[in-house]
Amino acid sequence: MLGLVLAHLVLAGVLPAVAARAPRAAFAIAAVPPAAALVWALRHAGEALAGGVVQAVAWAPELGLALTFRLDALSLAMVVLVSGIGALVLVYGAGYFAPEQAGRNAALLLAFAGIMLGLVLADDLLTLYVFWELTSVASFLLVGQGGEARGNRSAAVQALLVTVLGGLVMLLGLVLLGEAAGTYRISEIVALARAGGLDGAPVSGALALVLVGALTKSAQLPFHPWLPAAMAAPTPVSAYLHAASMVKAGVYLVARLAPGFADRPVFWVTTVALGLATMAVGGWRALAQTDLKRLLAFGTVSQLGFLTALFGAGTPVAGIAGVAMLLAHGLFKAPLFLVTGIVDHATGTRDLRRLSGLGRSLPGTALIAVVAAASMAGLPPLLGFVAKEAALEAFVGEHTVRGTLVAAGLVAGSALTAAYSVRFVWGAFARKPGAVDTPSHRPGPLLVVPAAVCAALGVVLGLANGVVDADARSYAAGLPGSPGDGAGYHLAVWHGFTLPLLLSALAVGLGYAVHRARDRVGRAAGRLSPGLSAQRVYELAVSGVERLATVVTGQLQAGSVPTYLVVILLAVVALPGVSTVATGTWPEQPVAHSVLQVPLAVVVLLAALALILAQRRFAAVLLVGLIGYGVGGLFIVDGAPDLALAQFLVETLSLVAFVFVLRRLPATFTDAPSPMRVQVPKAVVATVAGCTVAAMAVVLSGARRVPATVSAEFVRLAPDGAGADNVVSAIIIDFRALDTIGEITVLFVAAIGVASLVLDAPAGRRRRRTRTALSLPDARALDAVDRVDGPHGPVGAADGHGGPADTTDGERGDAAVPTGPVPSRGEPR
Amino acid sequence: MSRPSGSSRRGAPAVDPAPVDPVLPSAGPGDGASADPAPFESWDRPRGAWMLPGRCRHPTRRTLMLEMATRALFPTILVFSVYLLCVGHYGPGGGFSAGLVAGLAFVLRYIAGGSVDPGGLLAVRPTTLMGVGLVVAVATALAPLLAGEPVLSSAKLVVPLPPLGGVDVVTSLFLDVGVYLLIVGVVLDLLRALGSGIERDMRSAGEGP
Repeated sequence: MLGLVLAHLVLAGVLPAVAARAPRAAFAIAAVPPAAALVWALRHAGEALAGGVVQAVAWAPELGLALTFRLDALSLAMVVLVSGIGALVLVYGAGYFAPEQAGRNAALLLAFAGIMLGLVLADDLLTLYVFWELTSVASFLLVGQGGEARGNRSAAVQALLVTVLGGLVMLLGLVLLGEAAGTYRISEIVALARAGGLDGAPVSGALALVLVGALTKSAQLPFHPWLPAAMAAPTPVSAYLHAASMVKAGVYLVARLAPGFADRPVFWVTTVALGLATMAVGGWRALAQTDLKRLLAFGTVSQLGFLTALFGAGTPVAGIAGVAMLLAHGLFKAPLFLVTGIVDHATGTRDLRRLSGLGRSLPGTALIAVVAAASMAGLPPLLGFVAKEAALEAFVGEHTVRGTLVAAGLVAGSALTAAYSVRFVWGAFARKPGAVDTPSHRPGPLLVVPAAVCAALGVVLGLANGVVDADARSYAAGLPGSPGDGAGYHLAVWHGFTLPLLLSALAVGLGYAVHRARDRVGRAAGRLSPGLSAQRVYELAVSGVERLATVVTGQLQAGSVPTYLVVILLAVVALPGVSTVATGTWPEQPVAHSVLQVPLAVVVLLAALALILAQRRFAAVLLVGLIGYGVGGLFIVDGAPDLALAQFLVETLSLVAFVFVLRRLPATFTDAPSPMRVQVPKAVVATVAGCTVAAMAVVLSGARRVPATVSAEFVRLAPDGAGADNVVSAIIIDFRALDTIGEITVLFVAAIGVASLVLDAPAGRRRRRTRTALSLPDARALDAVDRVDGPHGPVGAADGHGGPADTTDGERGDAAVPTGPVPSRGEPR
Repeated sequence: MSRPSGSSRRGAPAVDPAPVDPVLPSAGPGDGASADPAPFESWDRPRGAWMLPGRCRHPTRRTLMLEMATRALFPTILVFSVYLLCVGHYGPGGGFSAGLVAGLAFVLRYIAGGSVDPGGLLAVRPTTLMGVGLVVAVATALAPLLAGEPVLSSAKLVVPLPPLGGVDVVTSLFLDVGVYLLIVGVVLDLLRALGSGIERDMRSAGEGP
């Protein structure tokens, strides 16, 4: 299984090169791994339903980390969606994308297919988490596209922020869950929980946190706005990520945990309540949309709510209905998106107010859409109907207050679903009174065939529902309250005249009625009080964080070297200083070991005193050099010639460097002496810090009581082990050679950094450039963009003034921080 | 390292006999030479190319003593730095100190001649030198893997040098060579950034010498 996942990723790496020569071939190649994964999964379907296929690869056994994969009934259903629809969408992409977009999209879609495959096969919480976050990254890249359009950027950022926030919260939950259970294997955790071995507040908290991740990923209330916004992505991406696979990850996780936790209120109340609310809100909002893709997106939100409620309820029949609905949704929503793409391609618009009469000009496409939409609305004999029957039966058959309430909610939600299904078909294909027929051209087979295959599968599986039934019952057998063989319920088109059938008919009828009243309903659904808009809440949250960051940065980055120094020095005094001096012991040692130390120490002290009084920078530099040479002399006296040599050389070099820099600095430190109320506190802080460091030096040097055995060993081993008589050298280039390599690497990086700071962006030039870049009209535009578009996230303002995105972003960052464009106080002139 | 002493007679870009453009006194490609026939000023104008081939500073900004001393000291210091590098195993020295010494030789040349490398003695950029040093060090660290030994192990090789007999070379010397090259590169980079970089900055800001 790991091999399959890796094959996706490796192939994705080479696709851009292929696409440069043959864009369509790239998509054809990209469709191979998902197809192979599908075939592999179907070949192992028997084992998967019987108990699961497991593969564990230990990659860091010392840390107990393993990549564990498991194919069972639920994973099998997801693999059918992820790989099957993935392969079809990639074929569709060959016909959809322009050649210059092909490489990027083919590679990313294939990589995404691999990541998603890993996610649904993972049997380890941490493996699952890694794939989970990778899907967010892939989605960001796919929604953002090249990053040239503002709509793509803000949608990509919103999707990323919301899902990654959820993912981070979920990580906390996963760790809590894993630690409480003592294992990170999902199958073991679920088994343990089902056996009653996982209880208590930490587990409930962990579940709540994990659910936050699942609900954000599956666009549940109140996190749903990112999904309609993500419709800025190309249609194949929407069809795949935002209908068939990624958004199902949250539902999948709920379904994955349901066998162990569905009987706990924290789990089922949250998922069922939010799921039903999302179903209603999504369906209602879909009725107001005029863009076909946004209509479908709100429809997806609604259906995801439905699925969350089904899996969250966690009864065996609900589980059966959930798996069937999971497949049905993928098989009708993906073709609907693909049809939208075909319509867009053929006419150049997705606005249902402008589309008219396409049913005549694109009859094949219209047929696909009708079949898929009928499955969505729940018409027999399609898979959507079969699943909905099971769902209604699951709650009607409960004969409890909960069941009745949920069933009522489902009927209402299904009515809305039916209404927007009709709205979609009507909007895309009907001939509207007073509108001229939209001109269109015929779509190629690469576009039509994948959509047709998806829609046809909905019919086939609806009739041959035994296949789905076997898979769903295998999943449901694990749910709480299951008699063991997966409840006595079977999926079927015809159960006789039952209450669910009546409710289904009621829902469809209501839906059609709602559609008939579409003008009034559309107006009502379009009216949304701003206080209730989740999108508005998101924007306020993002702009609030930005404002907070600006305030905090403005407060902390004062732009004053003395302020920074005071903070650093006080921290040194307060933490290591106090603890060392308080707990250390003052060593017994003579004032001087040798007579020569005395004059050297006197020189150093005098130079230090003179340094305080120095007015001219040059004098100060020379005095610092004098101190350094004096310390070097002390090294010689103490018998450390290596140290002394290095000290002298470094001191000389820093003296030279200082002198070079001094050419650009004023000769004296300050033109006007600062007032006493500034000088005195500075002097106090400096004195205290200096004394603390001196005391620390003495205390720490006396901390070693016995000669370290390491030193003795070094001395013993140096001549033979390292071939060096000089122990210092042996330590540097042999015993501790890894340290040396690390240090020279740091030096390398630091030197390059210094050189680029000085050479490539000298202070004077940078200031001048900023000033020209923010010449008055531009600066005003930037300001205006800031004010208007602040909430759209950090990329929002990049369009403001025409430059390439990377530089404008940087300048905006400068402008947002009050101290940015102002020359910092420490700089000369 | 053996080239400096002989290369003053390398010919091609030898010192301009004509004085250098006084507006842009220090080195840098693109400074044009202009004839300045004022006889009085040229009486005690130094004309000799004491430093390595390359362009000299404006005559009024030359210090003959320093140039003469540098001419003699520069190769000597470099040789001394190699000595320090080799002697590191047996006494004070090692790659770090040796690299600093060599770097200081270049500092001296910069101060005396106004350019880090007037004659193009080092045909490599400082960053390249640093990179080569790092590569040599890391390669030395990884080389034992080829012989099946752990990373960073060292061995003593006896290199036969006929007149002297065998000379012991410890493989960790190559690590030191890497350190040496990297440090020389760092110092040259420092000179480039803080020396000529700041000079260029001062010129572009319209101030300076």
